[in-house]
Amino acid sequence: MWVAVIALGVLAGASGLMLGFAAVRLRVEGDPVVEKIDAILPQTQCGQCGFAGCRPYAEAIAAGEADINQCPPGGETGIVALAELLGRDPKPLNPENGAEKPKMVAVIDERNCIGCTLCIQACPVDAILGAAKHMHTVIAKECTGCELCIAPCPVDCIYMTPIAQTIANWKWTYPLADTGARGSVEQAAA
Amino acid sequence: MSGLFPFHGGLKTVRHKTESNQQPIRWSALPHRLTVPLRQHIGAIAKPLARAGERVLKGQMIGQPDGYISAAIHAPTSGKVIAVEQQPVPHPSGLPDWCVVIESDGEERWVERQAVDYRRLHPSEVRNRLRSAGVVGLGGAAFPSAVKLNPSGHAEALETLILNGAECEPWITCDDRIMRERAAEIIAGLHVIAHLLEPREVLIGIEDDKPEAIAAMVAACAGTGFAVRPVPTRYPSGSVKQLVKLLTAKETPVDGLPVDVGVQCFNVGTAYTIYRAIEFGEPVISRTVTITGHVNQPQNLEVLLGTPFSELIAQSGGYRDGVERLIMGGPMMGFAVHDDGVPVTKATNCLLAASAAELAPLRPVMPCIRCGACVDACPANLLPQQLYWHARAKEFDKAQDYHLFSCIECGCCSYVCPSHLPLVQYYRYAKNEIWAQEKEKQKAELARQRHQARLERLEREKQERDAKLRQKRPRHARWRWKTRLTKPSRPIAPRRLRPRPNQRLKLASGAIESPCTLKR
Repeated sequence: MWVAVIALGVLAGASGLMLGFAAVRLRVEGDPVVEKIDAILPQTQCGQCGFAGCRPYAEAIAAGEADINQCPPGGETGIVALAELLGRDPKPLNPENGAEKPKMVAVIDERNCIGCTLCIQACPVDAILGAAKHMHTVIAKECTGCELCIAPCPVDCIYMTPIAQTIANWKWTYPLADTGARGSVEQAAA
Repeated sequence: MSGLFPFHGGLKTVRHKTESNQQPIRWSALPHRLTVPLRQHIGAIAKPLARAGERVLKGQMIGQPDGYISAAIHAPTSGKVIAVEQQPVPHPSGLPDWCVVIESDGEERWVERQAVDYRRLHPSEVRNRLRSAGVVGLGGAAFPSAVKLNPSGHAEALETLILNGAECEPWITCDDRIMRERAAEIIAGLHVIAHLLEPREVLIGIEDDKPEAIAAMVAACAGTGFAVRPVPTRYPSGSVKQLVKLLTAKETPVDGLPVDVGVQCFNVGTAYTIYRAIEFGEPVISRTVTITGHVNQPQNLEVLLGTPFSELIAQSGGYRDGVERLIMGGPMMGFAVHDDGVPVTKATNCLLAASAAELAPLRPVMPCIRCGACVDACPANLLPQQLYWHARAKEFDKAQDYHLFSCIECGCCSYVCPSHLPLVQYYRYAKNEIWAQEKEKQKAELARQRHQARLERLEREKQERDAKLRQKRPRHARWRWKTRLTKPSRPIAPRRLRPRPNQRLKLASGAIESPCTLKR
């Protein structure tokens, strides 16, 4: 009997040591689910979800404090991706958070800008360039279209414009000729 | 030894070559106005060098290559630059792009040209000359040739150099004609390429429906060690990966290039422009274009880049009745242009005026019956029907699992499909969506980093402010305590409340310029 007790004791001790070692050495920094959620979010940092940026929203989703349908810029694609990641059912975008819109960029009317720097302080990605009492301008390439600079502007000189279509960003559209056969094709696919 | 290794699939298509390949190439008339796009190649758009109002000489560089994968653009004739602006260009979207508009003065005065002996120059110097001569692949893709001529980065020596004269698309005959008429020059250009790449063997692939071109090239190759290999007439034998398989039995890897298996491939027209660039110092300012289909005199013209399509149609006797579309490129891979006023670019190999007879009849689209005809026809060994299901359902990751990006968009699957499904359109759509998503992801990543950097900066600034305050406060407190101890009777006014004239001024001006007062 002693042999069995000692053997089991040694085994238990060894496993305990191994587990303890693994807990210390192989610890995961941060929550990996948050990283994955954050990677799906569009990083607009607009705060329409009710959180101060995409990362806090990702943390809230991971903690179960927020739903997956609160991100208008991510749209339906984003919700579907989140649903797939978290193993939930996709649901329509919550209208309280806003509606899905085409991508826009902010433009400052430079003739009316008074150089108050309020928009610079509001921009979550530092995409507005300028200094006090000097004209400001938006770096279009860095602008996420979050609209956070619109409200603080005291002279209403910032407006949103849709991103212009050029040869570089033009896309082939979804073929339309196929609509007649849709029902039967979907049955075949199912 | 000269065995051929047929690729999978492919098609026997109608040829329609004799309409345009009977007469020699003619020079097209000098147009009054040339619209030269600054993006005529794959890669970054060229930086404009000319300004409106400036006089330019024929062959003068008007667009500078911007980055490694880019090409120079030159004035096709002498004259005055009217504008550097957005103009319609040949593109399936019909969108405008940046162009240099030149009004010709009719004098055709050349810029100073300098011939070089490529054997005496360092290979990088030869490549630089070709780069500044604007040499790109003239088969249709317009990839900058200097990039392909750089063997560094590939440790192994090049096994095979292939000159592509297959010209497999129906209707197009420009490569056929230049091989018949300029075989010696093409071979001279091929010598330059071979000098730079030092391949073990040089093969010239030509489809066997061009016996005159084959005879001319065989005659020009005599004594050079280059081998002409007639290949069976089967579309798409002119596609790079298929031609490589056909001539060398080597399969180009998925997501790879022929150079990864030791093969490099150039079009015959490109070899000709390389010859002109080295032996005469002439940049690429013209190319051979087949004008065919429903026009009165189908023919091949040597055309200055920037010439409007409409002028070429006019010089070919005009449209015949019943033309429905003008297609740039062949009927399999070309696209309909929105407007025939768009200019010829380095990628324009053919203009096909298509009537109902040349176009596939519009037939109702039927459901896929999984017959597998597309699988048999696919020269890239893909499963077109699987790609179709996934592209249609917008399941792009699954489409990628079926190697969507190995699709060469040759159109064989759509051609054989008994249900007339627009398969290639689905693949193009899916590819474009995937590229757009990729770009979005990169942009999101950039935004994430910038947001992170901003938060860190705000945090740092806050800490610095706190540290400053902390530094000040104890000293101030100590001083006050000491003074109180030593001179308790004296009242102390804190220093910052003591009125100072300049400070008050600042406050006052701040109040006036405060944005709140200006609002409404």
